[in-house]
Amino acid sequence: MIGFIFRRLLQAVPLVIGVSLIAFALMHLAPGGPLAVYTLNPTIQAQDIERIKIILGLDQPLHVQYVKWATGMLTGHWGFSFFGGRPVLDIILERLPATLILMGSALSVAIILGLGIGILGAVKRYSIFDTLATSGALVALSFPTFWFGLMAIFVFAINLRWLPSGGMYEFGEEGNLLSLLRHLVLPTLVLALVITATWSRYTRSAFLEVMNQDFMRTARAKGEPQSARLFRHAFPNAAKPLVALLGVELPFLFSGALVTETIFGWPGMGRLFVDSLNMKEYPILMGLMMFTALFVIFGNLLADIAIAAMDPRVRL
Amino acid sequence: MQSRVWQRFRTHRLAVAGLVTVSALLLAAILAPILAPRDPTLIETQLRFLAPFANASLPLGSDELGRDTLSRLLHGGRVSLTVGLVAMITTVLTGALVGIAAGYLGGIVDTLLMRFVDTMLCFPQVFLLLVVAAFVPPTLLSISLIIGLTSWMEVSRIVRAEILQLKEQDFVAAARALGASRRRIMFRELLPNAAAPILVAATLKVASAVLMESYISYLGYGVQPPLASWGNMLTNAQGYLDTVPWLAILPGLMITLTVMGFNFLGDGLRDALDPRLRMDP
Amino acid sequence: MPMGENLLSVEGLQVHFPIRSAMLRRQIGTVRAVDGVDLHVARGETLALVGESGCGKTTTGKAILRLVDSTAGAIRLGGEDIAHHDSRGLAPFRRRMQIIFQDPHASLNPRLSVGSILAAPFEIHDIGTRADRPDRVAALLATVGLPAEAAQRYPHEFSGGQRQRIGIARALALDPELIIGDEPVSALDVSIQAQIINLLARLRAERNLSFLFISHNLAVVAHIADRVAVMYLGRVVETAAREELFFDARHPYTQALLSAVPEPVPGGRRQRQVLKGDVPNAAKPPQGCVFHPRCPQAMAICSQVMPTSRAISPTHSVACHLVGA
Repeated sequence: MIGFIFRRLLQAVPLVIGVSLIAFALMHLAPGGPLAVYTLNPTIQAQDIERIKIILGLDQPLHVQYVKWATGMLTGHWGFSFFGGRPVLDIILERLPATLILMGSALSVAIILGLGIGILGAVKRYSIFDTLATSGALVALSFPTFWFGLMAIFVFAINLRWLPSGGMYEFGEEGNLLSLLRHLVLPTLVLALVITATWSRYTRSAFLEVMNQDFMRTARAKGEPQSARLFRHAFPNAAKPLVALLGVELPFLFSGALVTETIFGWPGMGRLFVDSLNMKEYPILMGLMMFTALFVIFGNLLADIAIAAMDPRVRL
Repeated sequence: MQSRVWQRFRTHRLAVAGLVTVSALLLAAILAPILAPRDPTLIETQLRFLAPFANASLPLGSDELGRDTLSRLLHGGRVSLTVGLVAMITTVLTGALVGIAAGYLGGIVDTLLMRFVDTMLCFPQVFLLLVVAAFVPPTLLSISLIIGLTSWMEVSRIVRAEILQLKEQDFVAAARALGASRRRIMFRELLPNAAAPILVAATLKVASAVLMESYISYLGYGVQPPLASWGNMLTNAQGYLDTVPWLAILPGLMITLTVMGFNFLGDGLRDALDPRLRMDP
Repeated sequence: MPMGENLLSVEGLQVHFPIRSAMLRRQIGTVRAVDGVDLHVARGETLALVGESGCGKTTTGKAILRLVDSTAGAIRLGGEDIAHHDSRGLAPFRRRMQIIFQDPHASLNPRLSVGSILAAPFEIHDIGTRADRPDRVAALLATVGLPAEAAQRYPHEFSGGQRQRIGIARALALDPELIIGDEPVSALDVSIQAQIINLLARLRAERNLSFLFISHNLAVVAHIADRVAVMYLGRVVETAAREELFFDARHPYTQALLSAVPEPVPGGRRQRQVLKGDVPNAAKPPQGCVFHPRCPQAMAICSQVMPTSRAISPTHSVACHLVGA
C-alpha cells in the first residue's frame, strides 16, 4: 500500500509540472504581458513600466523567470497583487473557507441525493420513478447554473421572501451560524443541481452493472434480503467507480462554484476570480489557476488512494 | 443498417423530442432576420420595460433600452447556436485528431498527448475559458475557437479508446499487409469506424458549448453588446429581477431548451448507435 | 529466378515478446512465441504449417509478412532478406506476398463498401486510374465467383464464405507470388470449407501461386499441401512431403496429432495416442527438447539437450533424439 501511495505521488509530479507550465504560459500570453494593468494604462510612462519590469524580474529570459516563479510557488511565495501589493496566497486562503463551505455542502447534498435517486432508479428499473428520474437528470443537466440561481433568487428570495438573495451573512452578523445557514441554502441547492444529476446517472449505471453480475444473483438465491444485498455486496463494488467520479468531478465543482458565487455574491474564490478578471489582476488569477489545479490533482490522488484501499487488485 | 439505427432511435420519445427541438431551433436561427419583427438593436427608451403581450409590436416585451425581446431572442439564438456549432466543430476536429494519433501511433506520441490531456483537465473549464477569453479580443470566431479549444479533451479520450480497440482487428492488419501508410490507416480505415462515438460526442458538445458561451457572455467576456446572445441578455437581468423578471426568465429558458434538446438528441443517438448493434447479419 | 531456388526462405526466425511489469515497464520475462524456425516454400508449392493453438504458427506468418517484428533470423523473399527493411524498403515486397485471415467477420472493414475494400490495394500502389478501378474490382470479384454488383454492398450483407472470398480477392489484387493463409477456412462451416479450398486450389494452379497454409486441422491440410511443417512451442519439430508425413511421421508429436485425425489420407496411421499434460507456458519452455515432458517416448537425453533438425530424406527432416544422426 505504501508502495502504491509512493508511486501515485510520483505520477502526480509531472502533472504538477505540466500545470505550472500552462499557467506560466497563460500569464505571459496575455496581451500586454503580465503587466497589462500597467501597460494598457495610458497614464503610466514607459520608463516606469521598465522599472517595474526590472523590479519584478520580468526582464529576464523566460526559462529563468519560470524557475524563479516555480520555486517561489513551492516555497509559498505566490507573488503579490497589483492593487495593494498583498501576498497572493494570503488573498486566496482568505477566500478559501467560504468556497469550501459552499462546495462541501453542495457536494454532500449532491452525493446523498444522487446516490439515493440513482440506487432507487437502479433497483426499480424502468418504473415511473426511474423514467422520471432519468429524464429529470438530463433536464437538470441542461440548466445553466447561473440562470437557475437567478430563478431560485426570483422565486425564493424576491417572491416568497423565505431566503436571502445573496451574501454569506447578514450585514453585521458575521460568524452567526444561523445566518450562515440561511444564506447557504440557495447557493448550495443551485450548485448541487448539476452534480446531483450527474451523480444519479452514474450511480444508477454503476449499480446496474454490479447488480447484473453473478455474485449478486447468488446472494439473491441464497435468500438475502434486498437491503443486505444492496449494502453488503452491491455498494462496495459500485463505490469504486463512484469514488473515481468524485475526483473527476472536482474541476466541474470549481466551475460551478465560480458561477454560483458570482450570482449570490458569495465571498469565495470564484468571486475572487471574476473580480480579479475585471481588474486584470493577473497574479491573483494565476494563483487561483494553480490553486484549483493543485486541488484537483490532490483530490484525484486521494480518490485513487481510497480506491486502492478498497480494492487490493488496483495496487499492483 | 441505417434504417435499423433509425428504428431504435424512434423508440426513444425523448430523443425524438430532442431532434424536433433542435431542428426547430436551428430553423428559427437561420430564419431569424425574417422572423424578427423589429431590429434587435433598435433603441427606443420610451418603450422600455414593457411586459410580454403588453404591446402588439413587441410581443415578448422589451428590455431596459426598449429593444424588442423577441427579436433579440431570435438573433441571440442565431449567435449562440453559431458559436455552439463552430465550437463543436473545433472540439471534434481537435479531439478526433489527438485521439486517433495517440491511439494508433502509440508509444511516446500517446504518452505525451495523453499527459497533455490530463494536465489540461486539471483546470476547471470555466476558469480556463475566462482567462483566455479575457486576453483575446471577443469576436464570434475567437469565442467559438476558445470554447472549442478548451473542450476537446474528453473527445480525444473517447476516440483514443475506440481506436485502441479497433487497431487490433484483422482489417487493420490487412491494410498494413497491403502497404497502406499510417495516415491512410488512421483516416480511411479507422476513422469511419469511430464515427458513431464521435457523432454522439459532437451532439453533446454543442450543448456544452452553448452553455459555456452563455456563462462567459453573462460575465461580459463573450459576445459583446449590442450584438445579442442569450448569455449577455442575462448580464444585466439580475438587477431587474424584482421589477421585470421576464428579462431574466426568457433567455435562460431558451438556453435550457436548446441544451436539453441537444442533450436528449445525443443521448438518443448514443443508444441507437450502440456498438452491439454493429452490422452482423 | 532459377528453378531450384526457393521463393520464401526463413532461417532461424525468432519472435520474442517481452513481458513488462505493470508500473515501470521493466522487462520481467520473455514469451518465446517463435524460437528458431526454418522453413522454405518453392515457387508454386504449398507448405502447410500445422500445430495446436499457441504454437507460434500465426506469429510466424505475421513475422514473414513483417506485420510483427522478428527478434532474430532471416526472412528471404526471392533471395532478399527483408527482416530488417523499413516500410519504404518493404513497399515492393508488399506486392509479392499477401495474407488471408481467419475471421471473415473481422478481416473486412465494416464501414467500407466491398468496392472500396478491393480498390484499396490499387490506390495504395497507384495502379491504374480512377476510371478503370471499377473494372479491376469487377474482375477480382469474378475471379472468386462473386457478381460485380457485390462492389456496392457492405461486408455485413454477405455470408462468412462469401466474405472469405472477398478476402481472397483482396489478397489477389496485387498479383502476389506468395499468399499466406492464416487458418483461412477454420471459421467456416464444413461444407463451405471445401468450396474455399477448391477455390484456392484452382487459383493456385491458374497463377502458379506459392502458399503458406497455416492450420491446426490436418484433415484440411491433407487436401492442399505439398509439404507439411509441424510446429510445437515455437519450433518446427518435423518437416516432410505430404505422403512422408502422413505415412511415415517420425516425431512423437506428429504421430499424436495424426492419431487424432480420422483417416485424413487412406491408409494413414490410426492408433490413437493421447498426450499427457498440458501445453507448457511459452514464457518458460522446458529444458532440452520442448516436447519431452509430454512425450511418450522421452529418453534421458531429451530433458538436457535440444535436438537439432536432421534430414532423413531430401524432403523429410525431424528434430528428435529418436532419429539418429
